[in-house]
Order: sequence, then C-alpha cells, then structure tokens
Amino acid sequence: MISRQMKSDIIEKAMFALFRIMSFFVLSFLAFIVIYIISKGYSALSWEFISEMPRNEMTQGGIFPAILGTFYLMVGSAVVSIPIGIITAVYLTEYAAAPKLGKIIRLGVNNLAGVPSVVFGLFGLSLFVVFLDFGTSILAGSLTLGVLNLPMIIRSSEEALMTVPRTYREASLSLGATRLQTIFRIVIPNALPGILTGVMLSLGRAAGETAPVMFTAATYYAPELPHSIFSEVMALPYHIYVMATAGTYIQETRNIQYGTAIVLIVLVLLLNSAGLVLRYRFRKRLKR
Amino acid sequence: MYNKNLQNVTHMSSGLNNNIISQSLPESRIHMGDSRKSIIADKIFEKLFFILGLSCIMVLLLITIFLFSEGVPLFKNVPVANFLFGTQWYPTSDNPRFGILPLIAASVSVTLLASAIAVPFSLAIAVYLAELASLRIRETLKPVIEVIASIPSVVIGFFGMVVLAPFLQKQFNLDTGLNLFNASLMLAFMAIPTIASISEDAVSSVPVSLKEASYALGANRWQTIFHITVPAALSGIWTAIILGISRVIGETMVVLMIAGGAAVIPTSIFDPVRPLTADIAAEMAEAPVGGSHYHALFAIGIILFLITFIFNLIADYLSNRYRFKGG
Repeated sequence: MISRQMKSDIIEKAMFALFRIMSFFVLSFLAFIVIYIISKGYSALSWEFISEMPRNEMTQGGIFPAILGTFYLMVGSAVVSIPIGIITAVYLTEYAAAPKLGKIIRLGVNNLAGVPSVVFGLFGLSLFVVFLDFGTSILAGSLTLGVLNLPMIIRSSEEALMTVPRTYREASLSLGATRLQTIFRIVIPNALPGILTGVMLSLGRAAGETAPVMFTAATYYAPELPHSIFSEVMALPYHIYVMATAGTYIQETRNIQYGTAIVLIVLVLLLNSAGLVLRYRFRKRLKR
Repeated sequence: MYNKNLQNVTHMSSGLNNNIISQSLPESRIHMGDSRKSIIADKIFEKLFFILGLSCIMVLLLITIFLFSEGVPLFKNVPVANFLFGTQWYPTSDNPRFGILPLIAASVSVTLLASAIAVPFSLAIAVYLAELASLRIRETLKPVIEVIASIPSVVIGFFGMVVLAPFLQKQFNLDTGLNLFNASLMLAFMAIPTIASISEDAVSSVPVSLKEASYALGANRWQTIFHITVPAALSGIWTAIILGISRVIGETMVVLMIAGGAAVIPTSIFDPVRPLTADIAAEMAEAPVGGSHYHALFAIGIILFLITFIFNLIADYLSNRYRFKGG
C-alpha cells in the first residue's frame, strides 16, 4: 500500500522533473538552431565576405551592401523613434496631468506594439512610398521601422523614468529649477541607462525585421551603394529571404545564406546583450 | 523599509550635489530675468511634449486611415461576404476571385496548433523559473529566454526551411516538409518567450502569504503550485497567452517561408497552407498600386489589424482588471 503522503510526493517529483525537462528542451532547441547555423555557415565568413560587393549574379563575393543598408535603416529608424519615444515617455511620467489621458496614451502604445509587422509594411507602403512619394527608399524604410519601434522605446524609457525617485524631482524644483530644467538635468540623466536599453533592443529589432522593409526600402540587388536617402538598399534579412527562396541558384548559394544569417544573428545578439547588460546593471544600481 | 529610504536620501543628496546645486541654482539666482523666460519655455515645451506624446495615438489613427482608404475600395467590386467567406483566392487570373476563407482557415489552424504547442512549454518554463529554479539559474535563464525573442524571424524561417522541412519530409514520408505542422512548430518556438516571461511575472507576483497558508495546511510544493499559485496567477497567464497568440497571428516571415503557400483550406496538419500575413508579403510586390489585387491585400491588412487590435484590448483589460495589490 502506498500512503497518500507518498503518492503526492511522487507526483510532486514527477511534475517538477517534467517542468525541468520541458524548460531545458526549449533551451536546447535554441542552442541547436544557433549552433547548427554557425557550423554550416562559418566557412563562408571572411573579411572579404563582409567587406566586398556580391559578384557573378550574387553567387560569389560579399554582402557589404546588405550590411551597409541594414546599418542605414537602423540609424534612420533610431533618428525617428528615439526623440519621439523618449519625449512621449517623459510626457507620460512627468506631465500627464489627467490620468485618463495617460491611460489612453498607454492603451495606444500597447496596441501599436501589437500591430503585426506586415501591417506596418502596408502602412509604410501606402503612406511613405506611395502617398508621400518617397518611393522604395531608405527614408520610407526608416520611417516605417521608426514608427514600428516607438512602443518599445516608450515602454523602456517610461520604466526607466519611473525608477528615478520623486525626491530628486522635488529637490530640484524646490531649488528653483523649472520643470523643464528638472527633466533635462535631473530626470533624464538618471534614467539614461534604462533608456539606452530600449534603444539597443529597438536597434536590434530594426536590423532583424523583414516584412516592413520588404515593401518600403529593400531591393533584391543593388549594383551600387546607396547615394542618398531616396535610394533603395539591400538589407541583411531581406537578403537571406531572397537568396533562400528566389532565383536560380538557391542550392548553390546555401553557404552565402548561412553566412548572412550568422552576420545578422551576431549583429542582433550583440545589440540585445548590450541592452540586457545595461538593464541588469541599471536595476542593480537601483537596488543598492 | 525605513533603512532603505534613508539610503535613498543619502544617495540622492550626493547626486544632487553634482547636478542641481552646481548648475541650476547659480543660473536662476544670478540671472533673475531668465526665470520668466524659462517659465515661458516651460509652457511651450509642455505643449510640444503633449503633441509628441500623442504620437502613438496619431500613428494608430494614420494606420487605420490608410489601411481603410486603400482596402475599402475593394468592396465596390467584391461584396464583403464574398470576400470573407469565398473559398477561392485567384487574385491574378483574368476573372479574379478574392475569397479569403482559405487564408483565414490557414491563419486560424496555424495559430491554434502553435498555441497548443507553445502554451504547455511556456507554462512549464514560467513555473520552473518562478518556483523551482535557484536564484542564480533564474538570473541566467531569463535573459536566455529573451534571446529567443530577439532572433530575427527570417532566421527562424530559414532554419525551418532548410533543416526542419527536409527532416519532416523524410520522417513522415510527405510530399513537402513546408506545411502547417512545420510552420506551427517554429511559430510555437517564437511565441514561447512572450508567453513564458509574462506568465513568469504573474506567477512570481502571487503573494507569499497565499503560499504560506497553503503550506501551513499541509500541502506540498506541487499541490500549492497547482491549486494555489497558478490559479491565483491565472489572469496574468491569460494575458500572456493572448499576447502570444496575437504575436503568432501577425508573424509573417516564418509562415511565408515554411507554411507551403497553397491557398486551400487544410484537411490535415501536413497540408501546405497560406496564412493571411504570408499572402500579403508574397503578393504585394506583384500587385499593381491601385488595382483590385492591391486593394484586396490592404483589406486583408484591415482584418489582421482588427484581429490583433481586439486581442490586445482583451489582454489590456485582463492585465488591468486583476492584479494583486500589495502582498
């Protein structure tokens, strides 16, 4: 006879073991994906691969224009989303006098965060590419990605601004500083690491997004490097997609596809880990 | 608590020494004339911040306006019912048909299957991190889970295409490995970090007193988790699941690359399918601006926008409605 006590102990052990196994299964799948792609693609990596133009109908040579294009799109989207995002967060934490208005804005932020990226692509196509006639260009792509990243910047900035103790603000105001001075000299500097976390994460997202860029900025192959914000560009994620699904040399260029995927993963992971490290240290500093 | 406040005050005063006293004070004292100017600047900036603060609302409005103005013209030629319930999607033939039921069926089936896979794994991770793992493991694993969320979807799609598809094709002896099942697996993997991290927050925010009461009544850890902690965190878990589902519905590159692309209502989980997002991404380049096909793709965009909008409203409602106040 098994007592009830023993039975529930056995169930407890079994369930906990199951949860552990399931958690580590997901992690090993992640590890498998990353390791597999690296093991298949590292042979493609070389200095030439990241610094040269593609050759022979893109079956040889490097991916420099795609790296440069992604860089331009990251910078462009940052120029759009960072100032607007931080100021929105400042408004939410420092001004929003009517709590109802703050609530509505937050609802807007949450809903904007949930809009599918392909819908952002449609939006960018109809507003920036067609209606404002920017064409398929760095400008249209940057604006689309900038709008896409707004919620992320707002949320992380808001979180960071709220961790600045109220006493800092009171002390500043009582010394005769205006609200504006308090915000720019006290509140924002103290929240900066947290704000930077959001910036890093949003840069990583801008680098990795494909669908919004596909309609608004990216081209399959550009013989020259872009010379203005109205040029269309090659971009890393779109490059992977096109090389893997279209064209006549899908099998022959697998190596390049894996190599491009590694470059994109490394870029995104570097940005993200920089963001996470910043946040970790920021939170630790606050706990002190 | 009191000690913590005290530390804050000392910490704060050292910060103030650098910032205010050395900068703002001399300025406002010496140039008294400036104070009026800075008050006016304050007012102007408040208005400016207010306008920029509405940016998200304005963007949402713009998205709505542009989606509808480009999508609604379709319904001059195609009745809404034919669009939603038509089973034939031949947008480029001479006699084009714009029935999106196969696309909706694809999105729904991929989403359901992906959620069915993702939810148990996510909850296992959430409970493991919140209740079982040691502090050190927890601090290491949480960022690793976030790494999954940051991997670009095109890379996940690429992996599903070149690795998982041939494997599935061989294992199950299929015509193609690019199908509903493959897409659901990769989508589930992508949804796990969203569902797991929000659920984990919900589970760890359950007040300790509830658990202590359960232990005091003689329940063991598993019984407490199963009967007390998880039920108490349920609204947060639902929020997580709904946000995860919303993300799966909107995900584009993965389904574009590995769902197979056939605009047919699926009859088995190994059928190739063409979800709404994949259809837009696949056809936008070939649809001439201003044509019926172009309008139809925007009309699909409206459907997607409305679905995710509703899901987000529900999630927002749930997360505001039930939350533990204090502990």
